[in-house]
Amino acid sequence: MFTAQAATTWLTKFGDAIATNKAYLSDLDTPIGDGDHGNNMARGMTAVQAALATQTDADLTTVFKTVAMALISKVGGASGPLYGTAFLEMAKASKAGTTDLPTLLAAALAGIEKRGGAQAGDKTMLDVWVPVVAAVQADKLDATLIATAVDSTKPMIAKKGRASYLGERAIGHLDPGAVSSGYLFTALLETEAQA
Amino acid sequence: MKKIINAPQDVVPEMVDGLVRAYPQYLKQVPDTLAMVRSDTASMVGKVGIVSGGGSGHEPAHAGFVGQGMLSAAVAGQVFTSPTPDQIYAAIKAVDQGQGVFLVVKNYSGDVMNFDMAKDMAEMDDIEVQSIVVDDDIAVKDSLYTQGRRGVAGTVLMHKVLGAAADQGASLDELSQLAQAVLPHLNTVAVALSAATVPEVGKPGFELADDEIEYGVGIHSEPGYRREKIKPSKALVTELLAKIDERLHLDASHQYAVLVNGMGATPLMEQYIFSHDLLDALAEKGIKPAFMKVGNYMTSIEMAGISLTIFELTDAKWLDYLTYPVKTIAW
Repeated sequence: MFTAQAATTWLTKFGDAIATNKAYLSDLDTPIGDGDHGNNMARGMTAVQAALATQTDADLTTVFKTVAMALISKVGGASGPLYGTAFLEMAKASKAGTTDLPTLLAAALAGIEKRGGAQAGDKTMLDVWVPVVAAVQADKLDATLIATAVDSTKPMIAKKGRASYLGERAIGHLDPGAVSSGYLFTALLETEAQA
Repeated sequence: MKKIINAPQDVVPEMVDGLVRAYPQYLKQVPDTLAMVRSDTASMVGKVGIVSGGGSGHEPAHAGFVGQGMLSAAVAGQVFTSPTPDQIYAAIKAVDQGQGVFLVVKNYSGDVMNFDMAKDMAEMDDIEVQSIVVDDDIAVKDSLYTQGRRGVAGTVLMHKVLGAAADQGASLDELSQLAQAVLPHLNTVAVALSAATVPEVGKPGFELADDEIEYGVGIHSEPGYRREKIKPSKALVTELLAKIDERLHLDASHQYAVLVNGMGATPLMEQYIFSHDLLDALAEKGIKPAFMKVGNYMTSIEMAGISLTIFELTDAKWLDYLTYPVKTIAW
């Protein structure tokens, strides 16, 4: 069972990772995007952490919904709707009675796929989400798997988002959304390890 | 980086506040948002609202085009970052007169997703919303494997045509048909001399040597299709016009509207010189534009460069829409 407390810990850790790596994420975004991924995510996660701090007794659905609304209203760009949709779908799934983490994450993944219209292999956050969600379902998630998934975006040609305009010139660069998603799941691993 | 700003994270709210306070006759801000609506609410009564917007850094787009005969509202996102759905929705709600609202969106993943989410929110409140995604930048090839072409300066001409039609009482469906009809006839391509610096990032979006230019650069420093040494204005015209001609097949028996757009740091003097060479090149093909505008309409902060938009007027009414009077800050 995934609890509201675990979700809060998870997202607080994710916010800390984003704050620490804000400049790095924006640097990754400069050659293949528009150089703002770190700033946008940091603005969103600061709002998430502030909102979570005021909701100490919230249930799981409320935690996910709070996170979703903060991200949707503060991040902007493509990352806001994509991360926002992921947490909104987890809020919906938990409202329907699910507290099972693999099922929650599968709902989030389906939401990202629908919102962005991308597929694994397109050099996007999905290249982390797809293998990670599969690993969570098989109870095999570890740091190596996350790192491998993030690194897998390096040789890819982007097919969605601003990096797609670069064609082959995007090869050799990590996808910033995949890197931030890597932080999200690293934070999840750390949360699970504490439980 | 030298900029006349305060804290980088305050750039957008301070800009919006300055804009609405300097021009209260045109704009008012929806409280607690970065959405700006037409002050002259009487001019919107009984008409379909037109809402546009996008990341900031493209001024005077989009708020400069809010006013009777053009946009009903504009939503400002963070610099080069789409506005969020709640903000877009606030603008939709503020301009809806019961006739529905039409959204003009530029083709970027973020913009498309955020405007779609706002549309979903409006539909839950029974406000009918339709939209067009503008993708006039022909520098990027249409392909199954990319996001597709980008929306750039041609968007301003889309605002003008739709705004004039809406002011004359076009319905939401009619505006949607008009937008779909106009879209394939908007063709834009740019040349950049130097890159823009997003205030929060603090360094240029790309590097060009002092004597280098890049053709086909987008309005957020997206890469173009070729780099080479700087050339005289005449040669730049030849390159950009040839690129457009490949797709449009310019023909002396057809009518065209032309927009020469400065990217932010290129002086009007250079834009007029470019226009001089452009009009000569068109005249050689037997073409005299039926309508022309020169100036800063869709900028990219302090990027130096020019974009050329050629809009083929396949319907005589479109010229009337372009010349229809407006009351805006920047048209």
